Amino acid sequence: MVDILIPAIITIITASTPLVYAALGEMIAEKSGVLNLGVEGMMLMGAVTGFIAVTQTSSVMIGILAAMLAGAGMSFIFAVLVLGLQATQVATGLALTIFGIGLSALIGQGLVGVAYEGIPKLSIPLLSDIPFIGPILFEHDILVYGSFVITVVVSWFLRKTRAGLILRAVGDSHHAAHAIGYPVIRIRYMAILFGGAMAGIAGGYLSLAYSPLWIENMSAGRGWIALALVVFATWRPARVFFGAYLFGGITILQLHAQAMGAGVPSQVMSMLPYLATIMVLVLISRDQKKIKMNSPACIGQPFHPSS
Amino acid sequence: MISRKLNLLTTVTRKMPAMLAALLIAVTGTSVHADGHGMKVGFIYVGPTGDHGWTYRHDIGRQSLESELGVEATFVESVPEGADAERVIRQLATSGHKLIFTTSFGYMNPTNKVAKEFPDVKFEHATGYKRESDNVSTYSARFYEGRAVIGTIAGHMTRTGVVGYIASFPIPEVIRGINSFTLAMRKVNPDAVVRVVWVNTWYDPGKEGDAAKALIDQGADIIAQHTDSPAALQVAEDRGVFAFGQASDMSKFAPNAHLTSIVNNWDPYYIERAKAVMGGTWASVDTWNGIREGMVSFSPYGDAVPADVRAAADAVKEGIASGSIHPFDGPLNNQAGEQVIGSGERLGDGDLLGMNYYVEGVEGDLPG
Repeated sequence: MVDILIPAIITIITASTPLVYAALGEMIAEKSGVLNLGVEGMMLMGAVTGFIAVTQTSSVMIGILAAMLAGAGMSFIFAVLVLGLQATQVATGLALTIFGIGLSALIGQGLVGVAYEGIPKLSIPLLSDIPFIGPILFEHDILVYGSFVITVVVSWFLRKTRAGLILRAVGDSHHAAHAIGYPVIRIRYMAILFGGAMAGIAGGYLSLAYSPLWIENMSAGRGWIALALVVFATWRPARVFFGAYLFGGITILQLHAQAMGAGVPSQVMSMLPYLATIMVLVLISRDQKKIKMNSPACIGQPFHPSS
Repeated sequence: MISRKLNLLTTVTRKMPAMLAALLIAVTGTSVHADGHGMKVGFIYVGPTGDHGWTYRHDIGRQSLESELGVEATFVESVPEGADAERVIRQLATSGHKLIFTTSFGYMNPTNKVAKEFPDVKFEHATGYKRESDNVSTYSARFYEGRAVIGTIAGHMTRTGVVGYIASFPIPEVIRGINSFTLAMRKVNPDAVVRVVWVNTWYDPGKEGDAAKALIDQGADIIAQHTDSPAALQVAEDRGVFAFGQASDMSKFAPNAHLTSIVNNWDPYYIERAKAVMGGTWASVDTWNGIREGMVSFSPYGDAVPADVRAAADAVKEGIASGSIHPFDGPLNNQAGEQVIGSGERLGDGDLLGMNYYVEGVEGDLPG
């Protein structure tokens, strides 16, 4: 049993990691009061750019950096449109996704069929020798470790730092924040760029580690799942992380259940990750007061200092 | 070509709530410019041309149509099966295309509906069975023949006796493939079994790879797939097991693990049908071609396939081409062990087209 359990848990971790990145990034943008529906497009741009960079330079770090920059670059376009030009966030975000799907396909035309062996695993000395825990927690690629770190950092940033408080203030009442003297627009720019960079890494994870290849539209809707996770986790980092793992976990376990021959219709199995994630997150987050406390009150509303 | 990316909206609509999708419907179009040869051929694809699988092979067929005959062959990619498809097909018909290939099963009803409105335009629908007016043909490939060949290889090469099979949707086409594969495998290796994982998608590299991992973790040492991306082969390469490619040659993704790929070869059919329209000899037909006609072909064997296994696989290919072997020759039992047909009998095309049961040797329940 253990010999199945360990690889299954490792697969769950790799399936959940891109969701963690994309959802945490989006959460920060939303906490600042901006709804960016372009996650899918930013992820795809991250995936294709990261893949190009890594196959050209064979440097994993450059690949990850390129993915990050591509995601951030896409989000910058979004930021200019919604913050600078006061465009509607929902429509602009959708446009960004559509643009990202198309542009990544165009850029990646010559890459279809190019093979890459995947970014290497970093075994942490000594720790990876611990039976059971070792292979599960300490034999991953750098992006998996990074996703653990970033979850803790984001959580700490929002709860414990002054900057995090300011970010939340901007998201809750941009007029009040502006009146006190905070640069609402600049803070939102940074939050959007952070979200873009994280979506870029999530995409890079897909094309560099998860299934190391480039094919059009390879994110297959994960950006939308990340968006949904943020809402169902009521904008709380730990729950976003938990939700991503719940979704990834059930996705993988249902595949294992099928491979073992469990007599449940596969359509029900495929539905299960969505259903369970929504139900669990809604149940644990059903406290209306806390939802109100955590959800950014100004989300989606354009802001102009003169208004 | 400008038309390439114009339909991207439709790609996105699949991922969004229907309400948003409705907002986006209006935008698809194809750019059309005249060509010296006069005839325009249109293609509508369900996936992106860069999928390296189903749509990619149709597009290779379209390209050889352009290079062989000099016709102008435009395409619209990533069109969801549904209301959008009807609009795109109608658009192709109104913009002067004389021959339109609709290359996914779900385009069946839209194709027939639009065909009635445009009697002068010829329609060719892939993998369907409805020809409601005499300007509609249907065509498909007997992929199950290819699966009998790779099943033979799997039977020879499995050590654990467990072969994993990643399946998309429980429709007769996919079930037929699983059964054909299983029957051929067990002719060689009567104790081997096939474990099926249904991923309920044609195209999601991450999920396909995860399914491969799950199957390998549970003891499979060979992976076959009826989904479109090469992700499962990469996993097989990584885990040191074997795998078969789907739709196009996928050896690059798994130099050691790749045994062979079934290759969809639409080129000859597309050229023949376009010639028929040009020559005025086009008629409504139902084509179901296989290994004999070359519509089902194979990539070269991987290095891992030993000479005797190659010979066995070649013998099956030749037998199917000549008609001496049929993948569904009796005796044939269903999953419960009840006889479907006896020795000397053979399932007919009608039985194959409606196949909704597993044969003996497939593990797990068929999703209903």
